[in-house]
Parts: sequence; structure tokens; C-alpha cells
Amino acid sequence: MTSFIIKKGTVVDPLREKVFPADVLVVGGRIAAIGPGLAGQKETTVINAEGCLVLPGLIDMHVHLREPGFEHKETIASGTRAALRGGFTAVCAMPNTRPVCDRAAVAGFVLDRARAAGNARVYPVGALSKGSEGKELAPFGEMRDAGVVAFSDDGRWLADAHLMRRAMEYAAMLDVPVISHCEDPALSAGGVMNEGFTATILGLRGMPAAAEEVAVARDILLAELTGCHLHVAHVSTAGAVRLIREAKARGVRVTAEVTPHHFTLTEEAVRGYDTNAKVNPPLRTAADVAALKEGLADGTIDVIATDHAPHSREEKETEFDAAPFGMVGLETAVGLVFTELVSPGVLTLPQAVAKMTVNPARILRLEAGVLAEGAVADITLVDPEREEVVEPERFASQGKNTAFGGWQLKGTPVGVMVGGRWFEVRPSGKRLPGKKR
Amino acid sequence: MLTQKDLLGLEELTADEIKLILDTAGAMREVMTREIKKVPTLRGRVVVNLFYEPSTRTRASFELAAKYLSADTVNISAGSSSVVKGEGLLDTARTVSALGADVVVLRHRAAGAAAFLSRYVHAAVINAGDGMHEHPTQALLDLYTIRECKGKVQGLTVTFVGDILHSRVARSNIWGLSKLGAAVRVCGPATLLPPGLDRLGVQVFTSVDEAVAGADVIYVLRLQRERFVQGLLPGEEEYARLYGINEKRLARASDDAIVMHPGPLNRGVEIAAEVADGSRSVITEQVANGVAVRMACLYLLARREADDKLYH
Repeated sequence: MTSFIIKKGTVVDPLREKVFPADVLVVGGRIAAIGPGLAGQKETTVINAEGCLVLPGLIDMHVHLREPGFEHKETIASGTRAALRGGFTAVCAMPNTRPVCDRAAVAGFVLDRARAAGNARVYPVGALSKGSEGKELAPFGEMRDAGVVAFSDDGRWLADAHLMRRAMEYAAMLDVPVISHCEDPALSAGGVMNEGFTATILGLRGMPAAAEEVAVARDILLAELTGCHLHVAHVSTAGAVRLIREAKARGVRVTAEVTPHHFTLTEEAVRGYDTNAKVNPPLRTAADVAALKEGLADGTIDVIATDHAPHSREEKETEFDAAPFGMVGLETAVGLVFTELVSPGVLTLPQAVAKMTVNPARILRLEAGVLAEGAVADITLVDPEREEVVEPERFASQGKNTAFGGWQLKGTPVGVMVGGRWFEVRPSGKRLPGKKR
Repeated sequence: MLTQKDLLGLEELTADEIKLILDTAGAMREVMTREIKKVPTLRGRVVVNLFYEPSTRTRASFELAAKYLSADTVNISAGSSSVVKGEGLLDTARTVSALGADVVVLRHRAAGAAAFLSRYVHAAVINAGDGMHEHPTQALLDLYTIRECKGKVQGLTVTFVGDILHSRVARSNIWGLSKLGAAVRVCGPATLLPPGLDRLGVQVFTSVDEAVAGADVIYVLRLQRERFVQGLLPGEEEYARLYGINEKRLARASDDAIVMHPGPLNRGVEIAAEVADGSRSVITEQVANGVAVRMACLYLLARREADDKLYH
């Protein structure tokens, strides 16, 4: 049986909020032992993790793999390679492909392709409504049986409140969470960035924070009515954080995620009409960024997810109005979490890790996200001291559309293990020369 | 000398650069009074007018300006070219550049289009209006007109009335007037006021009577009819009642106040006919000054390019 021993690393246990030096022995794709001074067999492969953090395999619950239908942007193979390079052992694939993942057959295709690629694990998300058109419910039962872990019309809000209510009742019955892209399209119509001072100066149409908050408020009320587990995708405004905090205090089954670009950048990044900074929801104000960090720290926001949204160069190399929304995120997430949250003390290391491991695993009802004897060996190694300049041309993702090109980030994933298969994702030992950001 | 290759907006210009353009326009105005309105200054230079939005005034103004300076001009507009075939701005720009354009004048519906174009072409780019962002040559001709009528810009109070939200003319003027030391007021219905203007030092009003009081310049903006269907305004009569500039409202302004409008006018909506055609109106002067200001811009940018070639 194949075995590995990860030596001399520092294990992070997000569940017990513990950080301790230990070796990890992996046998046959499962964790056999965690402890000091472990020894393997003669044929055991030794992975030197000196100076590295040994984390449960990171899970990104919000990724657009684009396949089927948009293979010029990304494929399941390239997207899952990007996941590995970014330190993720598993990703959720959003259903806004062509065709939309609104039935078992499409989910099955995604899973088959992911298996054939043999990179990170893929958990498909199924559509709420057929074709994500917001008119009729998609077949939740057959999708769940095919391996779908959540339902969402991501990219759009299910604007019909009645249909959302029924979708939530049905999903609650199956004990599958509903992920909502909270954006009232009537309020955001025509907008390409956050409504406010910067949009006024640039002459770009704005999307008000209220477009998000109105949608969050309605969905919280419907979650309360139906008992459904609501997960709010990519929270971006102070008002949305407040609504979720209040709902949680009231006992509503609601969880939420934030993206690294929303907790790092403000609307100022759009200056110069940088289409890589055109995302939906839009980058907001410094006050919103502060509120998102507060929400992360007090637990209102459970998850860090990237909303990895690859686009081709031609699609982004155009007028701001004409460019599609979205930024890639898989290969910058760990660096941004360490540089922007852990290093300045917004989150402790175990807290930050929890938001990328055990928390998404709980939301999606996955047996993953922890390092424990007997658990599947999904493991991420991060060198917290290693600095790296973001070079989009080196991304494994087909999408190079990041607003972080040239940034120097500290905290780099160096290796991942997926079910006992080991991937070294950075050349070992060599630290890349960097220039200051 | 202008420090930048392009004229993308007044946000990027210094007060001295604006004054240089206005002074140069004064010299150009003199050329226009000659019997033969032509100087050989830009002979052998190519000016391409690339218009993705319909425009009669601005395009004619740029074309005349180029011709008075003896430049060769090419007009490309939506509806008459590969623009219709779905060729993107980037490809059209590269084509124009390969054809040897020295100056590209761009009108486009997308904010930032001129800035985008300028990154891909060697030619100087003049922004002739990009979405709701800026329309620098319009503001420059407005500044020129104000300076001509009032003898100065500094210390004046200029009130813009109307659809501030969608107005690139207002945005460019706010930059220009502020840099030259004028006080700027904007006034319009709350639905047509963009957020954050106060951060630029602009006074924001919804009452036209208050906004006009004591002002030296009343600048009336054009109201597009599509604002009604967009749900931003109840209707034309309501707008004329609350914001239309008539004799009565004009009387609240300073005694020698002038009235401006970028055209084309909706008489009886944003401006009463008797005001538009009255003695305070300088609307036709604006049009004439527009040619001189555009000559100045073409001259300064093309000359800058010539200097570049000399020294590099």
C-alpha cells in the first residue's frame, strides 16, 4: 500500500483551534497517524514539511469551471489544476455552464470529467431552476442522487419570491443547502461597478449596495419561513453583513461567504477602467471592506470562497462596459488570506483555516475538512514565510484575469495531497525573487 | 506644452495646461476671421474622426478644425464601416493606427473608451465624449466662452441645471471650472444627481431657484427623452415646471449672467425659447468657439507628437 510521511511540519487543527508540531502518516489514501516522531516503513515516501503548515485540504465552495460550454475560458482539467496550484483539494463547480447543470446528466458529466482529470475533487452545484431561468424548479432529487451538494442559480438571483420559497422547502426536505447570489436585478440593472463617488467620477453606471441587501433580506425571511439552510454567496456590503449577523442571532439557518477580492480591494481598483476589477458583486468601499473583516472575525461570515471566474483575454481586453464580470481567484486565495487576514491579525490561523476547510465541509455536509486518524488524506501544505509575486502568466488556470498581478503575497501553497495522491505545486526549496508591491 | 500624449479628460490636465489651450484657441479664433480660413500648420498630418455615437455638431466641429489647419481627415462612423460588422474598438483602433493616423478623435458610448484606445495606438487620442465620463473639448470651449464673455473664470459662480447624472459635459466642466477657480453648483431632480459630487467641492441643489440665485453663468443641460421611460422622471411638463430655465428664473441670477447650453436644445423643456434666443444666451458663440478650441487641441497634440519624434 502506498504510504507517505509528512515530517516536521506544523499541524493546524481548525476544529480544536490548535497549532502543534507533528508528523502525519498517510497509508492507502487515509490518515493513519498524527503525532511527534512518527516513522514509516522502508518504502514510505518522506515529504519534508519543515517550516510548513500542514492543513486539512482546502475547499473552495464557489468556482466556475466553465465546462461544459465555455471551454475557451476554462476546462474542468485546467480549473482543477489551478485549484491544486492554489492549495485546494476540492472545489464546488457552479452550474452556470452551457447547458446549465440542472439535471443529473450534466452533474454526471462534470464528475466524470473531474475523475478523468485526476486533480482536485469536484463537487457539482445544481441549478435551482431549469436553465437557471427562474421559472420552473430543477429536479433536485435526481441531482442530489448524482452527487450534487447544493443548489444555486449563481450568476442570477431567483427573483420570483414564490418559486424561491418552493425551492427552499424542497431543498430543506432533502437537507441540501441553497446558495443564493443576492442581487435584485431591477436595482442593479445596467450597473458595472459600485454606485458611489468613484462611479460618478468615472462615468460608469453604479450598482447600489441596496441591490444586494434587498435580496439578502428577502432570502433570510424565506429561510426563516421554510427552515431551509440558506448560504449567501459572495457577501460584499456592510448592510448584508449586518442582516446576516442579525439573522444568525435570531437562529435562522443562514451561512455566508466572502471572496478574497472583496475583503482586499475597494472600488478604487476600477480607476483606469481595469476590466480585471469588474466583478459581480462589485468591489465596494473601504467601509464595506472593514465590515467584511469584522464579519469574518466575529463568525458572521463562515467561509472564504474565491468565486473563481475565468474569462479569455479577448473578452476582458475591451471597453469596461463590454467586459464580462469576474476575476480568477484559485491561485491567489491562500496568499491573500495569509497576507491580508492572518498576518495583520484579522483572523487567527485556525480561524482562517476553518473558513476554507471545516466550515464549507459542514455547510455542504461533506466528510472532509479535518485532519484526523482514519480521515481521507486531503492535505494542504503552506509555507507561511514564502513570498511570491503574482504572475498571471504562470497560472495553471486558462484565465489570467486577476487584479492582483504584480502583488507580492506572503504565504504560498507548496504541496497538496488528494486522497493520498501527492502533488508538489511549487518547485521545492527555491524562493522566488520578489519586488515590493 | 501638454505633458500627455492624449486629451482624455480635464481631470488629467493642470490649470496651466487648460490656460495654454484657451490661449492657443484665441490665436485660432483669429484664423477663423480671415477671408481664407486656412493655415498650413498640420499639412501632411492625418486626423481620424472615429464616431461610434451619432453626432453632428462635434464631428463637424472637429472636421472643420482639422481642415482649417490643413490636416487630412478621415471620418469613420457607426453605420458606415466595419463598426457595423461587429469589429471591436480594439481592432478598429489597430487598423486606424496602421493607416498612419497622427490624431484619433473618438466618440464612444462606453466610459473609458478613449483611455482604452490610447493604450493601443501611437497616435494622440482626443476624447470627443466617452459615455457619461468626460467630453473635454466641450468643457474647454465652454471655459473659453465664459472667459471671453466675463474676462475671467476665477471667482465666478457657475450653475449647471438638469441631468447631471448622465452628463459628461457637466463632469468635464466641473474639473475645468474648479481648476480655474470658479465655484460650481449643480442642480437637478434627485434622480438625476450622481452621488459624491460634494467631495469635489461642488454645491448640490434640488431647488433651481436657490441654485440660480446670484450665479454668473447658468448652464442648461439637455434632457434626453429616454429618462422618462427609464422611470427617472415623471414627464416633460413636470420637468419644465420644476427645472425649466425661463425669464423668471433667470431674473434671480446676477444681472449680467449668461446662459449656455451644449445643444441640441429642447425648447420649452429644459430651456424656454425666449431665454435660448434672448440677449443673455451665448449658445451660438459656444458653437463658433468650439472650432477654435478644437484647432488648439489638434495643434498642441500634433505638435507635441512632432517634438517627440524629434527628440527620441
